[in-house]
Amino acid sequence: MDHHGEPLEGLGLEPADPLIWAGLDVVVVLLLLAAVCIHTAGLWAARRRSPWPRHRSLLFHLGLICAAGGLLGPVATAAHTSFTAHMLGHLLLGMIAPLLLVLSAPVTLALRALPVHAARGLTRALRSPGVRVLTHPVVAAVLNAGGLWLLYTTDLFRVMHVSPVAYALVHLHIFVAGYVFTASLIGVDPDPHRASMPVRAAVLILFIAAHSILAKWLYAHPPAGVEPGDGKTGAQLMYYGGDVVDISLLVLLFAGWYSATRPRHRAHDAVTSR
Amino acid sequence: MLPPARHWLGGSCFSGVLFGCGIAASMIDLFIFHLALQWHHFYDLSTSEVALTADGFFHAFGWFITVWGLFLLADIRRRAQVHWARWSGAVLTGVGFFQLFDGVVFHKLLGIHQIRYGVDLFVYDLTWIGSAVVLLIIGLLILRRTRPAQVPA
Repeated sequence: MDHHGEPLEGLGLEPADPLIWAGLDVVVVLLLLAAVCIHTAGLWAARRRSPWPRHRSLLFHLGLICAAGGLLGPVATAAHTSFTAHMLGHLLLGMIAPLLLVLSAPVTLALRALPVHAARGLTRALRSPGVRVLTHPVVAAVLNAGGLWLLYTTDLFRVMHVSPVAYALVHLHIFVAGYVFTASLIGVDPDPHRASMPVRAAVLILFIAAHSILAKWLYAHPPAGVEPGDGKTGAQLMYYGGDVVDISLLVLLFAGWYSATRPRHRAHDAVTSR
Repeated sequence: MLPPARHWLGGSCFSGVLFGCGIAASMIDLFIFHLALQWHHFYDLSTSEVALTADGFFHAFGWFITVWGLFLLADIRRRAQVHWARWSGAVLTGVGFFQLFDGVVFHKLLGIHQIRYGVDLFVYDLTWIGSAVVLLIIGLLILRRTRPAQVPA
């Protein structure tokens, strides 16, 4: 690949060897293949239990396809020179792929597939104080939105395009923060410390606000080295594309509330109210 | 048999006002003025940072109350019969109230964006605020006519 050597004055960084960039692509392909293999192995290990819903498997693979679309192929290639393509890649990797993967309930599948002692270990790990703090909606939202502010308001955006290490870390952060944030709000996996509905609702409102403010700010102040026209299109894609995913999150948040507050059977109410 | 009277938060009036304010804040502006008429766009570059922040919060809150209002309506439907006339009156009240708020606070006081550019704004502002007041009055009249009957003590 030859598109990584953009002129980057003033950063003191030399463009990295194209081989390193190619190696990064190979790592991504291997990680995606590993995810497919582990998922298939999980389905096989849990085959004696009640059948795993097909839509969850479908969501898992669609999520991986979206993540792949953000990291490999034409969008990722164009993202090194086009801000709009970069934004499309981030929408895929940081918002749409996490949403689909969270809805595929991977932790539930792992708990079904793992032997009892290993499943207990996983549960213990999920209950640990560190995980509890990281998966709190407030922390997850700060990590997610804070990462975006850092990326677009500092030199990180330019550094990322010359340094494969920065590129890998930024994209890892975008995906993981997107996943944890989505799971903390609308996760379908068991969550021993699920935050209350008012907390999750407030966090989602603040996140949507931060996302739209950043998009409009980028419209006026594109990152260094981005053409103004390209910056405006990219910012609008961030604004409207982010809205589509954010509104899906709102609907899923309320759908969870709706099914959790399902009225009890009438006869039961009549008995208890006497 | 209807369940006993519940908290006002669960009532059709609250659901309708939320939904009305929500669609006025999020959908009407987006679909009619941004996409159909293209009178103004999502950002005119003249906004101060304070106004931009306020706009972001109202944007988020607008979509939140739209979805909240609809899910409250679904919740009322599964528990009791919906009084559709009262709900519609509440929606009109919400739309009118938010449009008035938008026209006075956002367009005039904060100056986030105008309704249309390159024209005499007075006629547009008058139509905007006037129609908001008309909607608000119609909505409040419907709400008044559909008040639940007073239960004798």
